[in-house]
Amino acid sequence: MKTIVAMLVTLSLIGVVSGGGLAMLSSWADPLIAANKKADTERAIFLVQPSAKSYEKVEKVAFELYRVFDETKNPLGYALPWEGNGFQGKVRMMVGVSADLNTITAIEVLDQVETPGLGTKVTEEPFRKQFQGLVAVPQVDWVKGVPPTKENEIQTITGATISSKAIVGIVNDGLAHLRKDMAQGGAQ
Amino acid sequence: MKKQVSLSKEYAKGLWDQNPVFKQVLGMCPTLAVTVSAMNGIAMALATTFVLVFSSFIISLIRKLIPSQVRIASYIVIIATFVTIVDLVMRAQFPDLSKALGPYIPLIVVNCVILGRQEAFAAKNNPLRSVLDALGMGTGFMLALASLGGIREIIGSRTLLGMQVLPDAFEPWLVMILPAGAFLTLGLMMGFLNSLVERRKRRDEAAVLAQHMRTPAAAMLEGQEG
Repeated sequence: MKTIVAMLVTLSLIGVVSGGGLAMLSSWADPLIAANKKADTERAIFLVQPSAKSYEKVEKVAFELYRVFDETKNPLGYALPWEGNGFQGKVRMMVGVSADLNTITAIEVLDQVETPGLGTKVTEEPFRKQFQGLVAVPQVDWVKGVPPTKENEIQTITGATISSKAIVGIVNDGLAHLRKDMAQGGAQ
Repeated sequence: MKKQVSLSKEYAKGLWDQNPVFKQVLGMCPTLAVTVSAMNGIAMALATTFVLVFSSFIISLIRKLIPSQVRIASYIVIIATFVTIVDLVMRAQFPDLSKALGPYIPLIVVNCVILGRQEAFAAKNNPLRSVLDALGMGTGFMLALASLGGIREIIGSRTLLGMQVLPDAFEPWLVMILPAGAFLTLGLMMGFLNSLVERRKRRDEAAVLAQHMRTPAAAMLEGQEG
């Protein structure tokens, strides 16, 4: 009996002290963590919409979406965070698109676990650059091994075809959702 | 009471004699997973050392109050508390590092180096010795992870701590920063270090044997055996 009480008291005390301490720490850390996350998102938005000066979150849609503006508060387009499957895990991206959703301004890969040195090339400048000003109607297409001939095509990376295709897939998927929502008048 | 070893030995044993990675072969998950660069290895080892030192200290302080039936549960709660502290502080202050180490920070909770030291050492020794032991083990862990991460980073991406050390002409061995590279490097390093130890041991044995050969008693013993 005495042991049982001792066991209960010890474990409860340790639990209460730990929990209390962590709660205090968490109240200090949570705002900072939220600020870090916000700064990350903000940085990504201005990377994919280089000419934007301000942005606001679009509230009426079911997914995360940001509308960006120039100096005089004219809407420039959207920044859309979207994710999908890469070669061996989730790829999270930010897609910048013009206000009419026809042209991509830029893309940025936020999180990925692609093969270092091969798949990770999709995060690098030469690949991402292909998306700047790319026509996204009816959808983005890819070609393999030859330079793109149409204005909605990009060339996949040698040795990272699946990762390249995954990026194209995520962009198309995200834009398709956005267009569907716009057609229903949700984002306006 | 068994004879106490000196305090400095309490610290130094973790560096080599009982190095958690090379000798005890504990904590393999973070060792293999995060050592793609020297910086990641050092950060991981620092986080682990922090948790190890504070858990050892607290557990050693209250070791006589914890009923032995619930000691493991108590250790885990205390360890988890310190791991959560590290995780929160890193996410708040060092978001990039936190992203690089990802899920391996929360996984320090189940790092067997930490639980192993509590059960094997902190639960039986006073706080001062426990902290020294934890610091030693942490330093040993750091040596292992930093060297492993350094080797993999140099060969796998030509850099060390982010600075380029090999010329562009050197084609980086991608396999070194993939999981297979971790196993290869760790295996070869362990083999190499153990072969050094083995060689020294054999030399010492030979020296002792040679000395004994010269004494008459040993000669007699030799004669009897022959």
